[in-house]
Amino acid sequence: MDERGDRFAESVAAVFREEHGLLLASLVHRFGDLDLAEDVASEAIEAALRHWPVDGVPARPGAWLLTTARRRAVDRLRRDKAYAARLAIVQAEADRAGPAPPADGVGGLPDERLRLFFTCAHPALPAEDRGALTLRCLAGLTTPEVARAYLVPPATMAQRIVRAKRKIREARIPFRVPGVDELPERLPGVLQVVYSIFTEGYAASSGPRLQRLDLAEEAIRLGRILRRLLPAQREVAGLLALMLLTHARRDARTAGDGAPVLLDEQDRGRWDRAMIEEGEALVVTALTGGPPGPYGVEAAIAALHDQAPDVAATDWPQVVALYDVLLALAPSPVVALNRAVAVAMRDGPDAGLRLLDALAGEPRLRGYAPYPLARAELLRRLGRHPEAEAAYREALALAGTDPERAHIRRRLALLTRTPGQEP
Amino acid sequence: MKYMLLIYATAAENPAETTPNGDFEAWMAYDKSVREAGIYVSGEALADLTTATSVRVDAEGRRAVTDGPFVEAREILGGYYVIDVPDLDAALDWAARCPGSWEGGQVVVRPVADFGQG
Repeated sequence: MDERGDRFAESVAAVFREEHGLLLASLVHRFGDLDLAEDVASEAIEAALRHWPVDGVPARPGAWLLTTARRRAVDRLRRDKAYAARLAIVQAEADRAGPAPPADGVGGLPDERLRLFFTCAHPALPAEDRGALTLRCLAGLTTPEVARAYLVPPATMAQRIVRAKRKIREARIPFRVPGVDELPERLPGVLQVVYSIFTEGYAASSGPRLQRLDLAEEAIRLGRILRRLLPAQREVAGLLALMLLTHARRDARTAGDGAPVLLDEQDRGRWDRAMIEEGEALVVTALTGGPPGPYGVEAAIAALHDQAPDVAATDWPQVVALYDVLLALAPSPVVALNRAVAVAMRDGPDAGLRLLDALAGEPRLRGYAPYPLARAELLRRLGRHPEAEAAYREALALAGTDPERAHIRRRLALLTRTPGQEP
Repeated sequence: MKYMLLIYATAAENPAETTPNGDFEAWMAYDKSVREAGIYVSGEALADLTTATSVRVDAEGRRAVTDGPFVEAREILGGYYVIDVPDLDAALDWAARCPGSWEGGQVVVRPVADFGQG
């Protein structure tokens, strides 16, 4: 292909990535089979790459792709009668299961993606495969791209995706949106998958790099799609708000050498104001009109940090109050740890340290580097340097990434330069 | 699509004393609802594990019959249903309504293999 053709292929690939989730969801709904849908979706894009440079891009590219893919699927089903018979049964049962959601109008296709979100995040699938499947089916990432995102070899990722799709097919995990009565139970699972993609991108739990920005951006893109599909669900707004308000700090969060920069040392001028504003508006939506959910409350905490000119001027009483709400909604020792740090900012390091020490027996905080690190910081502020040093060393041993370790070493070095007082 | 719901109870100290969760009325009500929903294919409750006997036949065709097994069993199969429902979500709903899944018990949902034309 010549250079012009390459550019064309790139732009088509970009269009296709946007359309892919819509196209796939529509095909899955029509034929009830993820493999068939994926095959004919890629055949349709190949056909587009052949025809569009010659015939021009059609007025409704999405509808063109869907029509082409459907024809391929019907051809294939004509050739394979047994397969067709099985799918016909599936389809009859799917039709019985309930009416389709209203058309969205993007690219002229009815938006069936919500079904696919719930299938990919189904609790019957292994937790570690749900994110991969969601990225593949709804974000339009290829298997090698998903593998790169999760830092696993492509063959391993391909195997995991094949296994997950096999379970969907053979255990017949449905492509359906849960009913209103099931939604409170099932929606958190979908939100959890999107948020886990975000956190995986935001703070790699291991390896040399601290942030993997593209995964975080994919998660935000998925969050936006979900927000369009479920406009009345306030926790969806809360999740998107939380991701935006966190991602707004991305440029200030790491130093040039890749080391993490803590909130109190970040250059707040480098925070993304437009993204913060968008997030703030969503926080209002998330917390209005009913009892708050955990994502909405976490987003509100993130918003308070984003609004403050510096750490000292942060509305710490409000942060502590929100952590109290969060602890009541979703009790967790990690939330309790964050609350203790906020209390230290409000009432002084003594009060914070007392709360931290009360968490010492929590199994989930054992082996969790932020816990000894938070203790070390408060001990240092109290001038209890030998204890602070021990806590820093404990955190150092537990930290998972090179930049985290470098950061802790710098804090440790800071100790020896400032005079302490013996306890 | 057919699914088997395998109903497990946590083993008591004495296997003979392991009983399924839920009281008799709850089981009766569940059984009635499965049949009335038109999804019932088959189902049985099993006698307690002390009555179980295992058979193994080796390569020479010799039969080995042993009492049990129950020493290593931590969860004991107490019965099953086979139901015919459209998809896994429906099967999981029926498993959740089964008294065997309550109070520390567990119901394992397994699709029945289909070797037919489809």
